[in-house]
Amino acid sequence: MSLVSIDQIHKYYGENHVLKGVDLKVAPGEVVSIIGRSGSGKSTLLRCINGLEAYQQGAIVVDSQAVEDDEYKLRLLSRSVGMVFQNFNLFPHMTAGENVMLAPKLVLGQDSKTSRAHAQELLEKVGLGDKFDAYPNNLSGGQQQRVAIARSLAMSPKVLLCDEITSALDPELVGEVLKVLEQLKAEGMTLILVTHEMNFARDVGDTVVFMHQGKVWETGPSDEVFASPQTSELQSFISAVL
Amino acid sequence: MMQFSDWDILRNLLLAARWTLLLSLIAFTGGGLVGLCLTLARSLRNPLISGFIKAYVELFQGTPLLMQLFLAFFGLSLIGIDVDPWTAAGLSLTLFSSAFLHEIWRGCIDALPKGQWEACRTLGLSYLQTMRYVILPQALRIAIAPTVGFSVQIVKGTALASIIGFVELTKAGTMLNNATFQPFKVFAMVAALYFIICYPLSLFAKHLENKTHVTR
Repeated sequence: MSLVSIDQIHKYYGENHVLKGVDLKVAPGEVVSIIGRSGSGKSTLLRCINGLEAYQQGAIVVDSQAVEDDEYKLRLLSRSVGMVFQNFNLFPHMTAGENVMLAPKLVLGQDSKTSRAHAQELLEKVGLGDKFDAYPNNLSGGQQQRVAIARSLAMSPKVLLCDEITSALDPELVGEVLKVLEQLKAEGMTLILVTHEMNFARDVGDTVVFMHQGKVWETGPSDEVFASPQTSELQSFISAVL
Repeated sequence: MMQFSDWDILRNLLLAARWTLLLSLIAFTGGGLVGLCLTLARSLRNPLISGFIKAYVELFQGTPLLMQLFLAFFGLSLIGIDVDPWTAAGLSLTLFSSAFLHEIWRGCIDALPKGQWEACRTLGLSYLQTMRYVILPQALRIAIAPTVGFSVQIVKGTALASIIGFVELTKAGTMLNNATFQPFKVFAMVAALYFIICYPLSLFAKHLENKTHVTR
């Protein structure tokens, strides 16, 4: 039984046909890397999975819930699907700890004591146990992104979507964020990442999805896909980025 | 004929300045409340509501405040609603400032990155929770300085209410000039009193602006 099931979805921006019948199945605990050139539709696909973008045809089911354009259903869905963004999107007027505590308090109705303890635990898990009271502005990019991951985890999602989460980071800070993802994989978290980190996709990811012109062009176990790409598009993409 | 000493002039102007202050306060509070409602309604992104608010703002920003005062005072009495200068001035200044304050505040909300809304949505926050805990606290911080700055415009705008017979600072100045024939002295005092009201507000706005820039 797949945790995320995407069935022939089509997405248009006005006249622009961005996703042209995409299929994807993700099993629980699987780490899927979506790669491809910019404009290939990979971020759009990711944003369709949690309803940030509406799609026009096809169906997406996550954790037995259909992803539909309905405010209430999307809010329920957000408990199963977490998301981490390229630009962190932390709340700058709150400390790291408050960022993590906010949704559990408001959405799950946790009391302050429980959510505080849980937030502290999560910050420790991403290596920021001493940064509970720090404001995002006083943290490095890598630290901010790890707070953002902790914030998503606070809602205990079944699947975590990562939208180019290392692209805005200085090269020396990428490693600390990827380490957290590896740790999550080891704990059995399901991850779907849009990424430019090919080494990470190959070494840590289970499955690679190569998107091209709004379609899943090639997909398979990551070691195989990187070792022997079948299509000329993927071959030229891999030789360009590796 | 009665003689006016300088003190008499000043005393009468000071008494009239109370009404300038009170009218400014009414316009600012009323305009703030209406402007806040407009801003919240606009952020729902319903095309019909937004279109209506856009037209409202265009109407009040695109016509002179003086015409709005005339319409509220003379126009309403033409269709049989009797309004006194207080009501007319309070009403038109409230509507006028609500349009401008709404534009200022909407700008502050729009200035926040879209990612803040998206982060809230993916965390499952409702619209009201997003507004209350994430958007408004940040928007307020950047809105304070331009809002205080606009209050200076309101104070000066109340001078127009003198046209419809509302006795505030400017109208009192006109009346005293008619009685004393000392326009330079009288209107210099009037100007000085406006300055005394507005300058601290400007300073305060500048102070707030510097403060918000530091924390950013």
